Amino acid sequence: MDGKFIKFGKNLVTTDEFVAEGHSFCVGCGEALALRLACKALGKDVIIANATGCIEICTSPLPVTSWRVPWIHTLFENTGAEISGIEAGLKILMKKGKMPERDIKCVAVAGDGGTSDIGMQALSGAFERKHDFLYLCFDNEAYMNTGIQRSSATPYGASTTTAPAGKLSIGQTTWKKNMAEIAVAHDIPYVATACPSYPFDLINKVKKGGEVKGPAYVHIFSPCPTGWRYPTDLAIEIGRLAVETGIFPLYEVENGRYKLNIDRPKLRPVEEYLKPQGRFRHLLDGEIAKIQEHVNEEYAKLKAKVACFAA
Amino acid sequence: MTEKRLKTGPDFIWRDMEVGNIVTEAGSAALRRTGDWRSQRPIIDKERCNKCGLCWLYCPDVAIKLLEDGYYETDLFYCKGCGICAKVCTREAITMIEEEEE
Repeated sequence: MDGKFIKFGKNLVTTDEFVAEGHSFCVGCGEALALRLACKALGKDVIIANATGCIEICTSPLPVTSWRVPWIHTLFENTGAEISGIEAGLKILMKKGKMPERDIKCVAVAGDGGTSDIGMQALSGAFERKHDFLYLCFDNEAYMNTGIQRSSATPYGASTTTAPAGKLSIGQTTWKKNMAEIAVAHDIPYVATACPSYPFDLINKVKKGGEVKGPAYVHIFSPCPTGWRYPTDLAIEIGRLAVETGIFPLYEVENGRYKLNIDRPKLRPVEEYLKPQGRFRHLLDGEIAKIQEHVNEEYAKLKAKVACFAA
Repeated sequence: MTEKRLKTGPDFIWRDMEVGNIVTEAGSAALRRTGDWRSQRPIIDKERCNKCGLCWLYCPDVAIKLLEDGYYETDLFYCKGCGICAKVCTREAITMIEEEEE
């Protein structure tokens, strides 16, 4: 904790590490990188409530912990409720003068299962009550720490252990749940999607989400070499391809106003993203065309929303 | 943090735990060696390096350290050998070599 910065063009990144090295994330984990960058953006005045998931088990293997900031483990289903309680508690303690007035960020950290499947109800409630907190969803598109079971964030066509591809099945048969849009529907001040392949974009969004008064939601795409079955050195490329093919567009929604952060004049074909990954290896041309069509449709919808507010 | 508590595997027994299984030190995971997971080792070529720092920025395991002179070096105590640094290096200054038994 020496408070030094490294300069990348106009961006400054602190050398402080709030998640200690020596954690047990898999080799080449995109989520570990996303978490490291997000914690750099948040700084040390933060309280983190962490749902069960890859991040929780990999950063707190007894008898050690990776965390250098206040951290609490919650269950899958109550991250939203827990962070609401922390925020309300801090507010009343400061109001009664039992602790000095300070700007402490309340941050909930969960995986895609803890957000879009199990923790959805508590999260929706916390959004609705307009607590001042930031929710970070690290989306690796399945329950990775228990052995790659499908979640509602698993994309169409992906093979997982509970939705295996075979003669009669193509793997996951439903489309990925659009969690960021669900957060937008709660009419909260800040929603964004981010990817560790674009580190400064991610840092800026997490910083912004932490500073906003009221609930904020950042959906972070986290490539997973183990579950997605690609070589360990490809995490950054896979993230970039997801953004450039339009499968995971990077946008932010401030008070209902959409803004596209990375906008390519022409999207790359989805095949480039699907090909390096073993979980999509079984897909035939017909299925790939279907995915391409869906991506084009969703991207056009997003562009229309962005165009609405451009004028 | 005493050496006693850093024991792993069969040497680590319940008596080595704190009462109530509490963890008494923040960031104590930094004492764990994750470098022995590695099957490949990154080698940084200082001649080609232009100190851009992308390897440091993209390393998921915080295994790239900034030196006094502005260059970077790999910390093999933590490096898991994923090869992301070699991929993101625009100057091809990092190469991955096979880890061999000593």
